Amino acid sequence: MRKTLAETAKLIRSKNAGPFWLTFDVMFDDETVYRRVRDQGVLTVEVVSRLYAVPPDQVLLFTVDNALAIKASIPRPQSSGSALDTDVFGGQQYAPLLDLSVELDGPGEAARH
Amino acid sequence: MLGSGFREESIARGIELGARLIGCDSGTTDFGPGPLATGRSQFSREAIRRDTEVILTSACRAGIPVVIGSAGGAGGDLNLSWMHEIVWDIARENGLHFNLALIHAEQSRQSVKQLLAEGRVTPLPPATPLTDEAIDQSLHIVAMMGAEPIMAALDEAQVIVAGRASDAAIYAALPLKAGYDPALCWHAGKILECGAAAVAQRAAPDSMLAVLHGDAFDVMPMREDYRCTTQSIASHTLYENANPIRLAEPSGTLVTQHSRYVAVSDRAVRVSGSVFEPADRYRVKLEGARLAGFSTIVPGGIRDPLILGQLESWLGRLDENLRERLRRTVGDEARYQIEARVYGRNGVMGSLEPRPWVEGHEVMVLWDVISDSQELAHSIATSLSHMAVHNPIPEWHGLISGVAFPFAPSEIDRGPVYEFHLNHLACPDSPTSLFHTELEAV
Repeated sequence: MRKTLAETAKLIRSKNAGPFWLTFDVMFDDETVYRRVRDQGVLTVEVVSRLYAVPPDQVLLFTVDNALAIKASIPRPQSSGSALDTDVFGGQQYAPLLDLSVELDGPGEAARH
Repeated sequence: MLGSGFREESIARGIELGARLIGCDSGTTDFGPGPLATGRSQFSREAIRRDTEVILTSACRAGIPVVIGSAGGAGGDLNLSWMHEIVWDIARENGLHFNLALIHAEQSRQSVKQLLAEGRVTPLPPATPLTDEAIDQSLHIVAMMGAEPIMAALDEAQVIVAGRASDAAIYAALPLKAGYDPALCWHAGKILECGAAAVAQRAAPDSMLAVLHGDAFDVMPMREDYRCTTQSIASHTLYENANPIRLAEPSGTLVTQHSRYVAVSDRAVRVSGSVFEPADRYRVKLEGARLAGFSTIVPGGIRDPLILGQLESWLGRLDENLRERLRRTVGDEARYQIEARVYGRNGVMGSLEPRPWVEGHEVMVLWDVISDSQELAHSIATSLSHMAVHNPIPEWHGLISGVAFPFAPSEIDRGPVYEFHLNHLACPDSPTSLFHTELEAV
């Protein structure tokens, strides 16, 4: 069964990381689901690069096992609060991640690296 | 954050449990460049005063030190002196006496130019190399202090009000001085700096306590109804950091790759296994803000499906007509900047929006005119709103009124607007050399 990231994560958020970076946190409360998302490559440098039209070499991506979280960071198009900025906190930039698709069936444990 | 509130009984509870320092972060870049550029705090004087009063009276009663970092919203000299006044007011009204240290973090343009000339300034991505011109444009520049200036001040004062400071340094300074493992000091500081933000479900801001042991620390919320879980504490290193594994501080990097998080009760978590890698060179971050201009905004709604169907070209024609007129009236195009944000298309995400088209039956266009004077920005905005409302489309023959302005007058002057333009690291002579400390008996 496939579900969206929005249906499987406990929290998806974005926020400034300082005035020049934007960071995305996708957090899970179920270790099996987290591992499936991580190991299926649902959220990768390439995916973030495509969704936000940012060159891949500017995307930072982390899988944080002890927090059951995947994190991505990109430079802000404009610094926080500057003339062209649209989101001073960077808090409403995560929507494109919500519809990413996760396969929840199948051998989850076998997918461990 | 100082001014965002906490329960008085939470501070009392921390002291009862043996807290040896009360720390509070008072600054952030979250609200944009305004607090640094203007010296004005985002939180009101009343809100800051209330929180500070609880902290100071509690600490004086318990005989423990207080560290307030990034005072007054941004930690520049204006912010610091504003906070200084508040501390004096509280002390006078409550009959408190203590030694006070004020640690300045503001840097003169001249001293930053000197650092630049000596090759000690490097850009942080995505910044470009610093120039004298950018330094000259700065209204205020601050350097972000590490733990060392606070450690030195702790020898002299019970209450320390610091200018721009690393959030974690506020809490790391005292245990570093006492000789605890730097990895524990910095990691505990990282968690404490947002207070109860690291609990599983926060209803309102509140305080947290960290208890350091030889090779681990325990962290727990002071509100009885809050809980820290291993996941809430582990995930706090993600919050507002671009890289959750390597967290840079002036004196080195906290590495959380192998951190272990174990529940020691249903509310407290033990953290161990973090590593602190000392830096080869001590580096402090520079922050600076400059004037971007004066802004006048015009919000306007559009409901006509015929206009919505050709919004891009409608906006394009308007922009062309307006610029054509301004070439004749204003002349120099470098004097103004005109942007149309379209809510209902990509108003929230701007250039990051993967679906930059109109799907609904109405949009709001928020025009923003930024110019070198408020008068000119306002004057351009009045031309803009007049041209926008009658901007034609081929489908209608005759004069149309195509924009619904929600306000009269339609133009709203926003005053001066600012931008962060420094994002650089500087190598100072020593960890304390850029941070002058003033001592006073209160």
